[in-house]
Amino acid sequence: MSVRVLVAKVGLDGHDRGIKVVARLLRDAGMEVIYTGLFQTPETVAIAAIQEDVDVVGLSLLSGAHLTLAPLVVRALRERGSDIPVVVGGIVPNNDLADLEAAGVAAVFGPGAGADHIVATINSLVAPSL
Amino acid sequence: MDEQSHYEKWHQAFEASTLRKGPFTTMSGVPLEPVYGPKDGEFPGEFPYTRGVHAAMYRSRLWTMRMFAGFGTAIDTNTRFKEIIRSGGTGLSTAFDMPTLLGLDSDDPMSLGEVGRCGVAIDSLADMRDLFADIDLGAITTSMTINSPAAVMLALFVAQAEESGVSRDRLGGTLQNDILKEYQAQKEFVFPPRQSMRLVRDTMAFTAASMPKWNSISVSGYHIREAGSTAAEELAFTLANGFAYVELAQEAGLAVDAVAPRLSFFFNAHIDFFEEIAKYRAARRIWAKWMRGHYGAKDERSWQLRFHTQTAGVSLTAQQPEINIARTAIEALAGVLGGTQSLHTNSLDEALALPSEKAARIALRTQQIIAHETNVVNVADPLGGSWFVEELTDEMERQAEELFAEIAAMGDGSMLEGCIKGIEENWFQGRIADSAYQLERSFNQGERTVVAVNDFVEGNDDDDLTILRITNEDELKQRRRLDQVRRDRNDEEVRGALERLRTDAIDPEINLMPALINAAKAYVTVGEMMSAMASVFGRHVEVPSL
Repeated sequence: MSVRVLVAKVGLDGHDRGIKVVARLLRDAGMEVIYTGLFQTPETVAIAAIQEDVDVVGLSLLSGAHLTLAPLVVRALRERGSDIPVVVGGIVPNNDLADLEAAGVAAVFGPGAGADHIVATINSLVAPSL
Repeated sequence: MDEQSHYEKWHQAFEASTLRKGPFTTMSGVPLEPVYGPKDGEFPGEFPYTRGVHAAMYRSRLWTMRMFAGFGTAIDTNTRFKEIIRSGGTGLSTAFDMPTLLGLDSDDPMSLGEVGRCGVAIDSLADMRDLFADIDLGAITTSMTINSPAAVMLALFVAQAEESGVSRDRLGGTLQNDILKEYQAQKEFVFPPRQSMRLVRDTMAFTAASMPKWNSISVSGYHIREAGSTAAEELAFTLANGFAYVELAQEAGLAVDAVAPRLSFFFNAHIDFFEEIAKYRAARRIWAKWMRGHYGAKDERSWQLRFHTQTAGVSLTAQQPEINIARTAIEALAGVLGGTQSLHTNSLDEALALPSEKAARIALRTQQIIAHETNVVNVADPLGGSWFVEELTDEMERQAEELFAEIAAMGDGSMLEGCIKGIEENWFQGRIADSAYQLERSFNQGERTVVAVNDFVEGNDDDDLTILRITNEDELKQRRRLDQVRRDRNDEEVRGALERLRTDAIDPEINLMPALINAAKAYVTVGEMMSAMASVFGRHVEVPSL
């Protein structure tokens, strides 16, 4: 069975180039990708992820709100009893990596992260449960 | 009277221009002509303006060094504005935060974590007053990069200026107000496309009648390119949007020559040096031909495409960020050789955060080196006549014309309808996403190189850059400021202003600007004005597509 990924834009950030490109690259790697569309809340993302029974949630954040919004998505999932790993891509300064990790974000893909690296990381997050 | 030759006409216009103080020689003293080329060829300042919109180009006046800035509260950004003016910046350009761009107040639940992050938070007239405190709005031009709430921001700006004693007819500046590219690329939309276009129409009519020095729309390819389009797509989609606004104005009974001179353009300067220069040259030529040919413009200012340029944010790397200075310098040079009227240079740290003050200063210094050291400003269109650049200019024009034909076909001959249909059917969005994907694949497969990303990575571990941190402190500060505004204002005035706005919104024949200015003066917030209009217009939801 192929890996299922929900890619999501949460908050007000309309930059959708990255999420669309990454979604296609994940599909090229054989994954099933579902895209939420723009302007989601942490709750709508969590509900969609659980309903769609995905293996990984990928958030794309380029507006600087990652430290606020990514932890809220993790919390919304955990509050609903889900342990789906959350990964973040976008403009994330190195100084923020520790905070995101502490908030339960499984991986961060900064600017310039290559397709192979993203695919391998997602596969490694999913592998234990397969 | 004998028909004047191209050269004679140009020479006359050049002689009539005020010139900067030279010397107009090379560094070694070789005298330089203002432009080179055959006497029967095209000259700058002459239709179709391939070689530039002014006969004397930068010999007369350098481009405006317009640095885009905004973060935190209005007070923080006001400080940065003053720093820009002190450092020799000659125009201001306001970046708004995400909530403001989407017409939400800072205390809206959706604004959480976004207040003051990627621009300044503006909730009401009180913030607008702090933003421009001690800056003479009659003396400096101001650009406001905002689209969905553009009419609201214009209303606040007019209210603020009049309060400080500057009448609306003296205000010079630009409202981005280009809603079509929001649906196509930048995705900061609020109302559905057709309702949004009514607000664009209202701002065009209002500024045409009462703000003669104001540019009503900055038709922007920048975001289309940043979203992943090719150079030709950026060129074609931007100009098609420009044609759509002209048709919108014509439908509203405004003459083409009343609105076209107040449209300005905004292009990207990406890293492919010659392609960018060809793009700017083609843009001027296409616009001139279409304005005169298709739209019957008689005023030559309607034919002249004037544009702002920003270097390509997407070309910057988070890896070895200092090398972004080199990228930005090359891109900025393309904008200058392409004849831009104003320029923003990105800061070296922008793949990581908003620019630090030091990084922003280096970016401005980059422009000053081009302007004052390199001598490229002494000769107009220095690449004109290059076989390569002329052929590439023609190719850009050919590709754009093919795309215009497709867009016009979607609208049964109307560019306005074609642009809206193309948005509603995800045609633009799909093409841009396809181009972005193709380019990314070529990087991933190593066909194309990005220094410090897929090659030349030694040094990537050095990470000692100090970047600007926006704390949640600013968000709390801004919420408290907004709270104070809500407490201090007259609630009855607020209710009355909102009621008038809703009533006016229902009748599509009414221009909404007077009701918006009235609301601005009553301290109605941006979010309240936008909600009132949304209660009539509805809200746009994009169908997600990959």
